[in-house]
Order: sequence, then C-alpha cells, then structure tokens
Amino acid sequence: MTVELSHYLILAAILFCISIAGIVINRKNVIILLMSIELMLLAVNFNFIAFSHYLNDLAGQVFVFFILTVAAAEAAIGLAILVVLFRNRGSINVEDISELRG
Amino acid sequence: MLETIIFYVFAIITVAAATSVVTVKNPIHAALFLVLTFFSSAIIWITLEAEFLAISLVLVYVGAVMVLFLFVVMMLDINIARLREGFSRVLPLGIIVAAIMLALMWTVVTSDIFSVEAFAKPLPKAADFSNTKALGGVLYTDYVFAFEIAAVILLVAIVAAISLTMRKRPQTRYQRPSEQIKVKKADRLRIVKMPSSGKES
Repeated sequence: MTVELSHYLILAAILFCISIAGIVINRKNVIILLMSIELMLLAVNFNFIAFSHYLNDLAGQVFVFFILTVAAAEAAIGLAILVVLFRNRGSINVEDISELRG
Repeated sequence: MLETIIFYVFAIITVAAATSVVTVKNPIHAALFLVLTFFSSAIIWITLEAEFLAISLVLVYVGAVMVLFLFVVMMLDINIARLREGFSRVLPLGIIVAAIMLALMWTVVTSDIFSVEAFAKPLPKAADFSNTKALGGVLYTDYVFAFEIAAVILLVAIVAAISLTMRKRPQTRYQRPSEQIKVKKADRLRIVKMPSSGKES
C-alpha cells in the first residue's frame, strides 16, 4: 500500500472544499474569509507540488513559489484594509459595508 | 510503508485543523488552527521532496502571515456574537455546496487519467541532491522575469499596507525637514547694536 498521486489530489480537493464551505458559512466575518482564501491557495499549491513530484518537473515548484509571494502580499493588503475599515466604521461585519450597494 | 503512515497521519491532522479553522468561534483559535494546517502540510510537502518550499511555507506563513493575522485580530475589538449570527442557518448550505464540489472533484481525480500506471512513483533523489540548488538554478535563469515581477509585487504590497494604515493625528507634533533645510541665517539670527553698559575707560 503506497501513496499515489490521486491520494494527494484528493487531499487537496478536500482542503479546497472545506475552504469553500468556510466562505459560505462565515459570510459575515472578513478575517475568517481571508483565512479561507489562504486555505484555498494552499490546496492549489498541494496540486502543484504533487504534480511536480510525479512528473519530475521543477516548474510546478517555481509556480508555488510565486503563489506564496502573491498570497503573502494579498494577506498584508487585505489586513491593512481591514484595519482601516475597523478604524472608520468600528465593525468588520460584511453587512455593514453596503455603501456602494453592490 | 513509513511514508504511507506519515501521509495519512498528517493528512488527517491537516483536514481536521482546516475544518476547525472555518468552524471555531474565536478568530484567534482559527488563526492558530491555520498555523497547524500549514505546518502539517509542510511535512507532507517534505515527503514530496519539495524541501525548500516546505521550509519557506513554515517561515512565510507561520512566521509572518500568521503573526500579522494574530496582531490584527487582537488589535480589533470584534463582537464575535454578531459575526456568528446565522451560522447554524447557513451551515447546511455550506456543507451541501462543499459536498457537491467534493463529489465532482473526486470523480475526476480518481479516474483513470491519474492512475498509478499513468503516474508512476518516481525514484527517490540521491541523498546529496539539493532541492534548493535545483530550484535556484531554474528560478534565476528561466523564470528571472517572473522573479523580478514577484519582487515588485512585494514592494507594492509594502507601500500599500503602510500607506493604507498610516494616519496623521492633529495633536501630534511633527518635524518638517524641508523647512528645516530651507532656513537661512537671517531667519533665525538678529544682531542688535547697542552701547556697552560697562564704564568707559
């Protein structure tokens, strides 16, 4: 009984679906939404790393490197926006942010 | 065999921690469970011979991003009860959506395209093989432009985060370097001619 490629892909799929469920059930909490997005990116990275290993190609790992960079930048800017939002509104509830009527 | 045990143990930890991230009440606990998720995934990445990325995942996420999350969560005074409103109402919807997506992905992933015959387990690399060196060799030659764009993205993120959160308070006193440099001798110094007050000899 060895670990195959599909095991890693199933693990990544489970992670991705957990984060989808997290986005649906935590619609009001921006912090948990950001964490769910981080989890989604982790699931994608899992696929890249698994294929990189099984195809013996380093390009997948280079992609993961860039995804990590973008994810870190996204988290920093998202949290900065959150701090400014809390300073101006006193709340991070998504339902309180309806100025644009989007 | 050892690899299989490691995979299953840490896969279970990863999934359990990820489930906790999206379901626990306290955002601080959620951030700490996210750390656990990233840590156990890093261990699985090491078994996939991606050592450099596993270490950088721990450094970048556990070291930097999670500290940022914890700082923000503790800095903001959040009313958790209000944010949890309607949680149990949308919980079935979330589970249904996730289950449908998982069923779709499962059918694709377990199909013959990704079978053991198509993707055989590659031979393990030699003990002196350096993943970091190989990655660096590719990164600084074939992907050098993408690497520079990544550097620019990080710079933009630094500038954006600082400029968004910086604020000027009216009661704080600031230095104005431009005016300090522009000042002339005549603006500050006044020479007054006056008779000496001592006795004339």
